[in-house]
Amino acid sequence: MNHTALQYVLAATLVLPLLGAVGALLPPPPGLRGRDPGQAVLRHGVTVTGAVLVLTVVLAAGFDHDHPAKMQATTDLSWIPALRIHLHIGIDGISLPLLVLTALLTFLCALYSYFKPPEGPSPKAYVALLLLLESGTLATFAVLDLMLFFLAFEMVLIPMYFLIARWGGGDRERSALRFIVYTLLGSVIMLLGLLLIGVKAGTFDMVALATDNGSSLSHSTQLIAVLAIGIGLAVKAPMWPLHSWLPDAHTAAPTTGSVLLAGVLLKMGSYGMVRILLPMTPGGMHTFAPYLAAFAVVGIVYGSLACLWLARPGNGGDLKRLIAYSSVGHMGFVLLGIATLTRTGVNGALFANIAHGLITGLLFFLVGAVKDRYGSTDLDQLAGRTGAALYGRAPRLGGLLAFAAVASLGLPGLAGFWGEMLAMFGSFHPGAGLSRGAYLTFTGIAAFGTLLTAAYLLVVVRRVCMGDRETAHAPGALADVRGYEFAAWTPLATLTVVTGLWPATLLGLTEPAVRTLLGGH
Amino acid sequence: MPSLVQSVDWTALTPVVIPAALSLAVLVADLFLPRRHAPLLGWLSAAGLAAALLTEIPLRDGHRTTFCQTGGASCSYAADHFALVVQALVLGGALLTALLSVTTDPRPAPGAAAPTGEYWFLLLSSAAGGALLPASRDLATLLVALEVTTLPAFALVALRRGDRLAGEAALKFFLSSVTATAVSLLGISFVYAATGTLHLTGVAQGLTHPPDHLGTLAKTGAALTLVGFAFKLAVAPFHFWVPDTYAGAPLPVAAYLSVVGKAAGFSGLILVTVVAFRPYADVWGPAMGVLAVLTMTVGNVGALRQRPGVERSAVRLLAWSSIGQAGYLLVPLAAASSADSPAHEIGTTVAYALMYGVVNLGAFAVAALVTRTAPAGRLTDYRGLYASRPLAALALAFFLLCLAGLPPGIIGLFAKVAVFSSAVGARHGWLAVIMAVNVVIALVYYLRWTALLFTRPEQAGEPSGELSPAVVPGAGPAPALAGTPAGLTAAIALTAVAGLVLSGAPQLVLRYAQGSLL
Repeated sequence: MNHTALQYVLAATLVLPLLGAVGALLPPPPGLRGRDPGQAVLRHGVTVTGAVLVLTVVLAAGFDHDHPAKMQATTDLSWIPALRIHLHIGIDGISLPLLVLTALLTFLCALYSYFKPPEGPSPKAYVALLLLLESGTLATFAVLDLMLFFLAFEMVLIPMYFLIARWGGGDRERSALRFIVYTLLGSVIMLLGLLLIGVKAGTFDMVALATDNGSSLSHSTQLIAVLAIGIGLAVKAPMWPLHSWLPDAHTAAPTTGSVLLAGVLLKMGSYGMVRILLPMTPGGMHTFAPYLAAFAVVGIVYGSLACLWLARPGNGGDLKRLIAYSSVGHMGFVLLGIATLTRTGVNGALFANIAHGLITGLLFFLVGAVKDRYGSTDLDQLAGRTGAALYGRAPRLGGLLAFAAVASLGLPGLAGFWGEMLAMFGSFHPGAGLSRGAYLTFTGIAAFGTLLTAAYLLVVVRRVCMGDRETAHAPGALADVRGYEFAAWTPLATLTVVTGLWPATLLGLTEPAVRTLLGGH
Repeated sequence: MPSLVQSVDWTALTPVVIPAALSLAVLVADLFLPRRHAPLLGWLSAAGLAAALLTEIPLRDGHRTTFCQTGGASCSYAADHFALVVQALVLGGALLTALLSVTTDPRPAPGAAAPTGEYWFLLLSSAAGGALLPASRDLATLLVALEVTTLPAFALVALRRGDRLAGEAALKFFLSSVTATAVSLLGISFVYAATGTLHLTGVAQGLTHPPDHLGTLAKTGAALTLVGFAFKLAVAPFHFWVPDTYAGAPLPVAAYLSVVGKAAGFSGLILVTVVAFRPYADVWGPAMGVLAVLTMTVGNVGALRQRPGVERSAVRLLAWSSIGQAGYLLVPLAAASSADSPAHEIGTTVAYALMYGVVNLGAFAVAALVTRTAPAGRLTDYRGLYASRPLAALALAFFLLCLAGLPPGIIGLFAKVAVFSSAVGARHGWLAVIMAVNVVIALVYYLRWTALLFTRPEQAGEPSGELSPAVVPGAGPAPALAGTPAGLTAAIALTAVAGLVLSGAPQLVLRYAQGSLL
């Protein structure tokens, strides 16, 4: 496909959800009214997200796979000359998979909501917010201007806030406020770092800055910039100890909100580190990398221990909260991979990013389904004395849950394996100038973390899927996986297997791009 | 001997002369107009303000000056870019206030005979003062303009007769303002004594090398002059009159004060600091930084502490938030002291003020709309506004998010980015970090309000899974919902469209942050 067509496809990908969000608020045109207004607008959501998914697939098909390191489908228009802000968008091998993942997950969420409308106020606003969220996330991965990156980063806050605060459960208002205050504080501090880079280097253009490789920034500037930007991104990722907003947000969020939060929003943090910090401030990153790695491995162990505690009988652990903590652990691997400053590690991080999006997205969908059936996600209530016996009562659902759990613990052959393996492998041979000894310790701790991860996930599988069918505490008969649930989950499960068996599909895209980003390293 | 008669360039003066002349015309017309035609005066005033705005177009090259000393280079009136932009803000703000007032009549009750002509006279003369202020280039004109802007405002605040709160508010406002003026006058007299001139550029020259024995006098004078202007801008610790005054004033007047009062205050402050007291930049620069930090923190924390159930809490919140926003306006001023081209940083303040003006007036317009059905003006009255008036709720949400600086309020976001950028560029990292924390604090209360708009109107607020409620029971007297006055609708529509256009093309205001204005 030629360049101009790709340009338009990319621009349409970003603009379509925005238009769709506006459209969702307008009354449906005659002929598209459907059964009732709610159904019509949810169908509108499916149509728009579906169209966006098609566009991203076209984008992936038209992408020049021989040169994934090159920015493709680029458009560069001057927008606000006063602040030197350009409407500069484009994709390379790093952003393309994330774009497709975002479009896919949002589409699946819209599809899921169509058949199972969210509990809460008007679906109109729900669809508008979902689309707004999608356009913000897509924009984050496609923009090539630091200020636009910040804009896109901020754009997801309001929709996510309202999704949690309006359609969530439990302590939703408080959790939503906590989510937005934490992330905004982080992102405003990030803005200061971005401005510092922009002021010192004289441009906000991410391609120019990446090519420049930090040579126009003094070391102290780089240190401050990495610290400021790093804090903002670390809150989003989230990195221990800045993660404390995440479990509450996940617990309170509706199913689709959790899926998107874990599947896509967290990736904005790690993507920013790879896209901004690694190439633009290599010197500062080199200084801070060991600290990042240390926080990352603490996060891995901390997340796993928290999960183990939640999974134990009698602790009243909430399944959603448990998966949220497991996200802290998994994102720890991503951060560790980035902190190695090696091609292996960063590729692993990017791979783990996608894998986590697929697997955790699936897990949140499944837990949502469990909640629909049992009316609770409290492990103790679910499991009763011997276990929830999902295998016996709803075998397909139980099987899928077990599949997602073993994928999450990193079983070789599934998507979860490669990213974490590569991250640890990168940590085993860290980048030039980094203390080998320290990183070997980190590798060891991370490896121990994988054991803990396996432990709690197996406990969860045992308590939820197994158990005595007759004694299991459950209301009436359980419906097994329904048609629309299959439709929403199969793509995720399939992709988990495909990327697990054939990691080259992703690594072939990211490897050349990472090599370019890391410059001489 | 050269002629002592100055030639006056009346074209340059039109943005000031039109409101001034019109104010007198309205006052006279009110005497002869039959009572039933009274609303005509409002529309006449609005048209006059719009005409004054239009007369700026031929002046836009920004090179006109008048009231110049014969033979000398110093002029008392300059229609440069800075003056024109601030005049546009003042006149635009007055125009929107007029649109709001056409409907939200500040008279206490239908029967009470308060002459409307009086109201329009006061509004127009205050606007004339506000338009004169940014163009004045000597300290005397500056002070006169400032007084012309504020004196009618006292009367406007007190217009809600029979309201104890309004009287108290006006008195508070009056006393603090008079003190400020007196202090300023004292300061100006000191500066005059030390430099022998009142022209801003002359003062700057004089202060560069003041006579040794007058150095202290000059410094004291500069400080006192600044104090007076800081008062008008409601900079902390001189902010205490704001919440009571706004809450006590008729709503359009509060809107007017929050935008035009601020514009007058900050343009005066800019002229005095950046032009006249330029030699003392190393002193007022850090002082402005400290004031900025104090002001934004006090304002935002004050806004955060507003309890939603209290009467007039909506306007009180806007009042406190306007104090916080004034803090952001000062940040580029602090940066200007150490910048190579102070005029460049000033542009950022102007750009931010333009954004703030549009958005804040919009918020006040929606507040005026809601007050029609819920006169108590509590924040809780906004609960479920989306269900009863979706467009107004969406507009208010947009305005609040602009003030908070979050998308979809893109213009608010980039105006803040410009302010941050000027702080970071001037190596005022501490200022930027404190402002960052303030932005987060501000988000909490703006967001709370925004969320309230979309909450279901029932007190329980529990979602029951049903679709959007069509009619809100008990949200206010239903008859008043019908027939929103044209002026109010126009004001909300104008500000909303302006906000949206600016969000799409922020360059329209941010270009002032780029070039030098003065």
